[in-house]
Amino acid sequence: MTARRGLVLDVDRTTPPIVFHHGEGFRFEKLPTGSRVVYPNEPIEPIEDVDSAIRHALANPLGDSPPLEALLTPGMKLTIAFDDISLPLPQMQAPDIRGRIIEQVLDVAAACGVDDVHLIAALALHRRMTEAELRHAVGDRVYDAFAPTGQLYNFDAEDPEGLTHMGETDHGEEVVISKRAVESDLIVYVNINLVSMDGGHKSVATGLSGYAALRHHHNVQTMRRSKSFMDQEKSELHTKNWRQGRLIRDAGVKIFQIETTLNNDTFPSPWDFLQKREWEMTGKDRVMLLGTKKVLDKIPRRSARSIFQGIRSPFGLTSIQAGEVEAVHEVTTANVYKQHLVRVEGQTDILSMGLPYLGPYNVNSIMNPILVACLGLGYFFNLYKGKPLVREGGVVIMSHPTPWEFHPVHHPSYIDFFEEVLADSTDPEKIEQKYEKRYAEDEWYRHLYRTSYAYHGVHPFYMWYWCSHALEHVGQVIVVGGDQRAVKRMGFRSATTMRDALEMATDVVGRDPTLTHIHNPPVLMADVV
Amino acid sequence: MTDPNRRPAISHLTDRRAKASLSRVVRKVEFPLKSAETPDGQIPLPANTGANYETDWARRYASRVTRRIALSTVGKAVIQYYASPTIRGLDRLHDLDGPAIFASNHQSHADTLVLLTSIPAPWRHKACVGAAADYFFGNRTTAAISALFIGAIPIERTSINRNTIGKAVALLRGGWSMVIYPEGGRSPDGWGQEFRPGAAFLAKQAGVPVVPVHIRGTFDILRKGHNWPKRSKAIVNFGRPLEFAEEDNNRRFTRKLQAAVESLADETATGNWFAARQRAHAEDTPGLQGPDTSTWRRRWSLTENGDDQGGSHRRWPYV
Repeated sequence: MTARRGLVLDVDRTTPPIVFHHGEGFRFEKLPTGSRVVYPNEPIEPIEDVDSAIRHALANPLGDSPPLEALLTPGMKLTIAFDDISLPLPQMQAPDIRGRIIEQVLDVAAACGVDDVHLIAALALHRRMTEAELRHAVGDRVYDAFAPTGQLYNFDAEDPEGLTHMGETDHGEEVVISKRAVESDLIVYVNINLVSMDGGHKSVATGLSGYAALRHHHNVQTMRRSKSFMDQEKSELHTKNWRQGRLIRDAGVKIFQIETTLNNDTFPSPWDFLQKREWEMTGKDRVMLLGTKKVLDKIPRRSARSIFQGIRSPFGLTSIQAGEVEAVHEVTTANVYKQHLVRVEGQTDILSMGLPYLGPYNVNSIMNPILVACLGLGYFFNLYKGKPLVREGGVVIMSHPTPWEFHPVHHPSYIDFFEEVLADSTDPEKIEQKYEKRYAEDEWYRHLYRTSYAYHGVHPFYMWYWCSHALEHVGQVIVVGGDQRAVKRMGFRSATTMRDALEMATDVVGRDPTLTHIHNPPVLMADVV
Repeated sequence: MTDPNRRPAISHLTDRRAKASLSRVVRKVEFPLKSAETPDGQIPLPANTGANYETDWARRYASRVTRRIALSTVGKAVIQYYASPTIRGLDRLHDLDGPAIFASNHQSHADTLVLLTSIPAPWRHKACVGAAADYFFGNRTTAAISALFIGAIPIERTSINRNTIGKAVALLRGGWSMVIYPEGGRSPDGWGQEFRPGAAFLAKQAGVPVVPVHIRGTFDILRKGHNWPKRSKAIVNFGRPLEFAEEDNNRRFTRKLQAAVESLADETATGNWFAARQRAHAEDTPGLQGPDTSTWRRRWSLTENGDDQGGSHRRWPYV
């Protein structure tokens, strides 16, 4: 059976309460008549024979790239880089697609007599992956073969010996990437393209790069000019990444890009009720939903978090393509859109969203208030093509408990950012000018990033910049059910119920506003016409 | 007057013992309570043992439930105690759909229990074991135990028996998976033996894939010639399923299967999958059969490989 397309539901009196994600829980919200709810497309039928599809992609590359086998010769230096723990979300059920691809790449390398192989988790400024996380991503066999000899490791963007400055683009953007990658005869990059922003030249130019290069596009100006950063044609972030990537290519660094797309089969049984439309839930689904909600409301947040973080998605592979970076990425993007794009007519005065427990930067961790803001105003807001779903000067209502809670190991600089920087100002431009450099070059954060499992000191700034397009565009942000102090610290307004939030929104958008709710996850991207 | 030569009466106790003797009772049982002997000159019907043993009853619902409970409780506990197996390579079975033949090297009686508790669901729940007809089905008691508790079906290893092969193929086509040991029997010395083409033949006839499996470390648990098990750590490594391709014949497929098991053995022994793949591509994978030298040197090589996991026993006497 072919997957059904997503839909825009016009709410009437018969419409049931809508299930909102609310961190490690749910809320049921009865939306006013006349509102719209945007539902995602159903999961596309996955490829059945994944191994054959991988084999085919490696042997039949796109663009002007020869097959992988022809690129591998005895005595060469091969570097395999792969996406880190931030993808996919949630983590996929074993075996992870990265491991399956890497194993086949290594098998070809073994057949071609390649000995000098390094595998690098392309973290950029993200936290290092733990052994368990690396094992999950690449598989036990690959881990056991390479990690003990130091040939499988996390990228270190602060290792002065491990980076090569490759020059500047014609727009003055510095290009710095891993020294090992530059010295390699071939880089094979294994991507998981969960959303349209992932992959392309961003993989190497960002994933294997450091602060000196990233600051040229991870900044307020770039984010405000990216409308949105999920739409490549209108993304300044994309343009700058492409300029850096082309410089790397023109410098003679050979990249064999492998990109994969997954369907949005996000929740395994017994959580699969979360990807059903409310009126299609069976009696069992409703019992599960109610029971789960009751249990989650009663148990400590810590327990709820560990239950949710244990979810492994049954994502299915919908496409794999390999070869020259730009040719590959064009096909990949079309395949991502095929799964995610839902046509929506016209903008709305109020955009509401239920934020789940997970974003790219709190895998096996805590979603702190900055990450809540980033997930809602950075990711969900930017999941549009054409124009934003909410009109300029409109209101965004996010539902999330937004606890004043931070993971002390993963997010040390976030704590100081929240306590010091946001207490001073929430204006991204002011924050960027006044504080970024100090945090980015702080020795203690640098030490924690390199030796512990901490995000880089500058990372919370990037999360805030991620929100800057939304903050500039909308008139007000309201958080339903959030910790009032934490919400206030970020400059947002806090509401206890959705009804209160709608009442508060009328102060900004008038007495008779239109409301659109995005039913996400599973991921959807609004094609606003 | 009493006769002095008269023998004393049988004591009361002895008399009662004699009356209660089980063998005496059994001896007295006659047809139809016991089977009648074949009259001289008549050809007896084929015995329901060996390759002729009928195992259909062991695949009925009640037997399957009994087997599942026994394996998941007693079987698992016993194997955990004696072998504590580490299971690897299950991700390679991710795309396997439908029945399969699990073909493993064979070092010990413990292999079957190790495999039946290591093979993942759903194959484990609908699996039978190809067992030597002359050994496991030699009499009705061992045959019934084997059929009930490990789901054994008789396979002739000394001759080709259309009946047993036909039964195995029918089971595979009917959705049952099968555990088979292509070496035909347990290793006599810890090294492997050349694979026989049975698995290839079944794969071709039934059209099912063969999963190569390598088990390491069970030789010392219950090796050939030993009746009492010892503890030894086992590692089970599942390989990628092999399909019988059009260009294959039984011999070629058997070679492929043996090479796959050898590569798994190499991977387990060295702990380096990539190096094992490099040797496999260079056709330099160490064989299962060991060096072609004298017995003691073969044994010596085995201990050098670390395959002899007899524990902390000293191998040289103190001088």
